Amino acid sequence: MSQPSISKSMTIGESGLAVVFAVTAFLCVIAAAKALDAPFAFHAALSAAASLAAVFCIVNRYFDRPAMLPPAEINGRPNYNMGPIKFSSFMAMFWGIAGFLVGLIIASQLAWPALNFDLPWTSFGRLRPLHTSAVIFAFGGNVLIASSFYVVQKSCRVRLAGDLAPWFVVVGYNFFILVAGTGYLLGVTQSKEYAEPEWYADLWLTIVWVAYLLVFLATIIKRKEPHIFVANWFYLAFIVTIAVLHLGNNPALPVSVFGSKSYIAWGGIQDAMFQWWYGHNAVGFFLTAGFLAIMYYFIPKRAERPIYSYRLSIIHFWALIFLYIWAGPHHLHYTALPDWTQTLGMTFSIMLWMPSWGGMINGLMTLSGAWDKLRTDPVLRMLVVSVAFYGMSTFEGPMMSIKVVNSLSHYTDWTIGHVHSGALGWVGFVSFGALYCLVPWAWNRKGLYSLKLVNWHFWIATLGIVLYISAMWVSGILQGLMWRAYTSLGFLEYSFIETVEAMHPFYIIRAAGGGLFLIGALIMAYNLWMTVRVGEQEVQMPVALQPAE
Amino acid sequence: MKAILTVHNLASELVTTIWTPVFVAIFLAIIAYAFWPRNKAAFDEAASLPLREE
Repeated sequence: MSQPSISKSMTIGESGLAVVFAVTAFLCVIAAAKALDAPFAFHAALSAAASLAAVFCIVNRYFDRPAMLPPAEINGRPNYNMGPIKFSSFMAMFWGIAGFLVGLIIASQLAWPALNFDLPWTSFGRLRPLHTSAVIFAFGGNVLIASSFYVVQKSCRVRLAGDLAPWFVVVGYNFFILVAGTGYLLGVTQSKEYAEPEWYADLWLTIVWVAYLLVFLATIIKRKEPHIFVANWFYLAFIVTIAVLHLGNNPALPVSVFGSKSYIAWGGIQDAMFQWWYGHNAVGFFLTAGFLAIMYYFIPKRAERPIYSYRLSIIHFWALIFLYIWAGPHHLHYTALPDWTQTLGMTFSIMLWMPSWGGMINGLMTLSGAWDKLRTDPVLRMLVVSVAFYGMSTFEGPMMSIKVVNSLSHYTDWTIGHVHSGALGWVGFVSFGALYCLVPWAWNRKGLYSLKLVNWHFWIATLGIVLYISAMWVSGILQGLMWRAYTSLGFLEYSFIETVEAMHPFYIIRAAGGGLFLIGALIMAYNLWMTVRVGEQEVQMPVALQPAE
Repeated sequence: MKAILTVHNLASELVTTIWTPVFVAIFLAIIAYAFWPRNKAAFDEAASLPLREE
């Protein structure tokens, strides 16, 4: 009736992307037919099917949508784009549970090796990268994409840039995860830790990541808020640096364009150096900078307090940027890497104490004047405890990078314990806290289905983390001491298998801790599901009652 | 052995020689910017940006 009579036509993005995906589907069918190995044929077929599905979705969406694209503003207020955020939040929860479950399986395999089932697909070597990629890139990555798309819109007061582009980013990223994960199970890997996906998955991720950067930048460029909020700086550093790391660590020459195997361009110690420059900055910019962005937005928002010191947040940001990139060599102590490079890596790792603790203090002190909320709001408690874990693991990390400490800790379970105090305590809890905030906001709900369940999640998961990391500390130090124990005649006191035997009880405790963490996540998934299903709709205030800003 | 003089050599030598003082200077400038008294009001306002939405 009142519909303006404009003729409906496909946007350039819609028609262009549909054509590109149609061509891709065709090329993938050819690749599948000419494939040299079975996993490549499977991935080519999967990509062909996904490309066809993409064409269908684009065309179907075009027929379903009104002639006009969603407006950037409604009644003078930004018309925020929540669709891709909802998708990514859902996928984060899905991959989180999958990743924690695989973690529990491999922890149990270490305690009871029979659980390998003597099958190649379920062997520890294949499931381990599935676990790490699922929790870091799939769970963590989706949390980062979802939260960054939310924060950049809200803090710039503008609708997310692009129409199909944000969907391309979130769906494309999850397709990358699917290809990478199934590849690991089928034995496709380039054997670089945290960079296992083979060349074709790497190429696809590059395209998706550039699109992510463009959507994020374009949103910042058209912002209505003159100041670029500090969280956006952290997100941008995360996106840009991950792009650089990915390109630096992955230049590889495929044996054939129709096969999965490739060889990396770097050789010998240069390759090792590149690998740990990549590896440690994946920690620094994916698991730190990205999640610090979450800290700087979600904690003030949830506590309803301003950031303790905005000046400190600026110094925190730049100190982190200047220092982190040099810390990688501490992964290669006592190797063929030149000694001065090892010392350089150690020195920069120790200097990282300052920005890490500066950031932690800034996050914690944001609660000043609102400490009482920790008693009543388990979501805020989760966010704050995550920052405490951040402080703890960033104290431990520099300490372990000191060469004499590293000579005891390296290659032992201490490293695993350290990584998990950061991963479960910091990244896990800050992600849970962010999702507990994000889901009601994105689905326009008054609040969570049950704060009581959040409380249960918090305590069960905390107990799990404590069991996990204390078991690994004891196990790791025991292991390190056993390895270096000599008899009075100068022989090694313990055979390797004796050290493995000594680990057994701690591996069981660790698996129990991981099991508790998984139970917590299942409670969370139920809670979020019910929030979306039965949660009360937030009543939008009539526009007329809004104060004029 | 004398290295062949090229623009690339010259540039890389320059960068490897002076990057430390340059980075330190940039970082000090950032600290000065963060603590500049005139910027205080703007930063205080930015600190509560997440609370002023919609």
